[in-house]
Amino acid sequence: MSQIDSIKDAEQGTSLWVDAWVRLKKNKLAVMGLIIVLSLIFISLITPWIAPYGYEEQNLDLGATPPSLAHWFGTDEFGRDLLTRVMYGGRVSLAVGVIATSVALLIGVAWGTIAGYVGGRTDIVMMRIVDALYALPFIIFIILLMVVFGRSLLLLFLAIGAVEWLTMARIVRGQVLSIRNQEFIEAARSMGLSTPHILWKHVVPNSLGPIIVYATLTVPQVMLLEAFLSFLGLGIQPPQSSWGLLISAGAEVMEDSPWLLVFPGLALSITLFALNFLGDGLRDALDPKASKD
Amino acid sequence: MSLLTVENLTVKFYTRNGVTTAVDDVSFSVDKGQILGIVGESGSGKSVSCYSLLGLIPSPPGQVESGTAVFEGQDLLSLSEEQLRDIRGDDIAMIFQDPMTCLNPYLTIGEQLIEPLIYHRGKTRAQAKIRAIELMEETGINRAAERFNAYPHEFSGGMRQRVMIAMALITEPKLLIADEPTTALDVTIQAEILQLVSDLQKNHELGVIFISHDLAVVQNLADHVVVMKSGKVVESGITKNIFESPQHNYTQTLLAAVPNGAKSGADSEQSSSILSVENLTTSFIDRDSGQRFKAVDDVSFKIKQNEILGLVGESGSGKSTIGRSILKLVKAQSGKVIFDQQNLLALNAKQMRPIRRRMQMIFQDPYASLNPRMTVYDALAEPLLYHQICTKDNVQARVLELMDDVGLARRAVKKYPHEFSGGQRQRIAIGRAIATKPELIIADEPVSALDVTIQKQVLDLLMDLVEKHNLSMLFVSHDLSVVRSLCDRVMVLQRGKLVELGNTEQLWQQPKEQYTQDLIAAIPQLR
Repeated sequence: MSQIDSIKDAEQGTSLWVDAWVRLKKNKLAVMGLIIVLSLIFISLITPWIAPYGYEEQNLDLGATPPSLAHWFGTDEFGRDLLTRVMYGGRVSLAVGVIATSVALLIGVAWGTIAGYVGGRTDIVMMRIVDALYALPFIIFIILLMVVFGRSLLLLFLAIGAVEWLTMARIVRGQVLSIRNQEFIEAARSMGLSTPHILWKHVVPNSLGPIIVYATLTVPQVMLLEAFLSFLGLGIQPPQSSWGLLISAGAEVMEDSPWLLVFPGLALSITLFALNFLGDGLRDALDPKASKD
Repeated sequence: MSLLTVENLTVKFYTRNGVTTAVDDVSFSVDKGQILGIVGESGSGKSVSCYSLLGLIPSPPGQVESGTAVFEGQDLLSLSEEQLRDIRGDDIAMIFQDPMTCLNPYLTIGEQLIEPLIYHRGKTRAQAKIRAIELMEETGINRAAERFNAYPHEFSGGMRQRVMIAMALITEPKLLIADEPTTALDVTIQAEILQLVSDLQKNHELGVIFISHDLAVVQNLADHVVVMKSGKVVESGITKNIFESPQHNYTQTLLAAVPNGAKSGADSEQSSSILSVENLTTSFIDRDSGQRFKAVDDVSFKIKQNEILGLVGESGSGKSTIGRSILKLVKAQSGKVIFDQQNLLALNAKQMRPIRRRMQMIFQDPYASLNPRMTVYDALAEPLLYHQICTKDNVQARVLELMDDVGLARRAVKKYPHEFSGGQRQRIAIGRAIATKPELIIADEPVSALDVTIQKQVLDLLMDLVEKHNLSMLFVSHDLSVVRSLCDRVMVLQRGKLVELGNTEQLWQQPKEQYTQDLIAAIPQLR
């Protein structure tokens, strides 16, 4: 039993990731959040095939009607099916959330890791740049971008991402600072491993926990930001829609046709709740010492 | 009439992973003016059994299941939290392992000393202060009146432990529980503190429970001994009997594992040197004053082929810095480190790389020196693949061979560090260090974090590997008994300077320098 000649026969160990997954599964709220997020993503992906109507399909004779069997969420003043528009809007909102967060993740992790690991003067200069950017009023920054370059979806992704990476960089740097001084990094250095190798193999995997948690919490933040910008009229352009835009439109006619506000608002709220529960659950699962149980 | 009688104490911890019995049917008693030593390895329940008496275990998950603990006629275990609080810090006082974390850094020493007097005894501040200064003097804190207003960080480790002892004694308790009070201290300071505890115990007729993993310390101090293992008392009795004729198997193993005596073996007089260090000086900038201080000050020595050179010194003597300077993990200010006719300090990172595989390091804390996200296989394969010693095809066989070398089961190769015990982790770290077949190993306190029986196994492993692979080793340690049992030659370091260097036995029998003599005299010895 004891001797084996190939590692294929070895017992499989439980990694910290598997451990975290076991803990996450015990957290009912987080699992619910995960299921909601996954189904939203799935629905968004197949929306073009399952949406009951086209998102530009108008029916001016119909006008704004309350929810009915034909139109579950009702229709807007142009007779467009709201369910369809919420589904298409969700695609945009989720895409903004995911892509802008990825942009933030990419820049933030690279910036924070280098600043934290190299340290010294490099660290000071890099973090002062972050501080300086923090000081910019970001709404005005985004508004300026929109005004100068016009309203485009791509620019919206980049603009939000460019703002959100600052906090990410700080979090990553803090993580890396504490990991850098651990003995296993020193062991890696004494083995003669190169700095990029150490960063990639030893530093980044050990700082992933908080990064994942922060990313999950950034997605709802970004979606809210997009909704806010669309609400101000700076985000997505009609006839394309996003939840923010739908809410903005719904708010104008709130007294006559409240369903136009309620359904997009619900969709956004549920998503934000789900993501936040998932983020909280992940934090507890990945860092068991921080939570009491 | 005993002061404290504990009978059939059982404590369980209800955790997510099931119920653990931390203390299992334990009985012991302490008389007035007597020292009871409780010895055992980590996790043996020696601390929990005392803490639970005072309601100091976290609850939940901890819970006292059954038993009685009669102290002066009342059962401590049946008292309410409030009644217990009156006894804690009044009739029963405690001192802990790490005096820094037990003192509030924002309050002066004096403030913390007089607090219990005002709270428990209803004294005025002026009365309390007089008493506090008296006691500070008695516990050997000089210039007591002056230092009454000092903050904890202004004291050294040994002085802080004296403050803790003064604080414990200020209410004139009848029972003192000391939990590893000298483990974090240097050996010369440990000797002073032990002397102090013993003196105070006689003067004040205290009952003392002394919890320790160090058998020699307990033997020299205690009247009675309780030996614990996995929550159970395996043996108890008068110290002399336990140490001279241990009945239980486990006690015998423990005693046999204590390093004593000298290394036997051939002289390595003739062999040539593998590494020579000349006038090495490494300095750091002090954070507070902004000034440079020399952690290593003009140190020269040679490591011979196939020898184990011990490097001993107290904390802050710069012994770890020497090892790290040789491997260029910290930057040395001046001097030479010559290995294979090259001065390592003059090489850049790229030139250094091929040399790194020929000298490796083993670290103190096996919990920190392994990447928690990598399996043992990944950890062992990494240096092999990186330095192109093995290819993807034959790396497996070599990794499995390494597992055999360090005495780990091959089956466990895909597990993660957190699934191993401390001793096993240190074996993994050793495996990683010898993977590249280095010629020189620098071991920085490799067994200090391990229990004594595990320590012996790891030391035996190191000896075997040195023999088998023709290694040379620089063995850094604060534990002189370990060094004596392992090393061919020893060098003694004090405040960055080399005090004495010589053959181990010669240095032990006839130390030339005063400092070496003091150091050797301070080692607690099993008799």
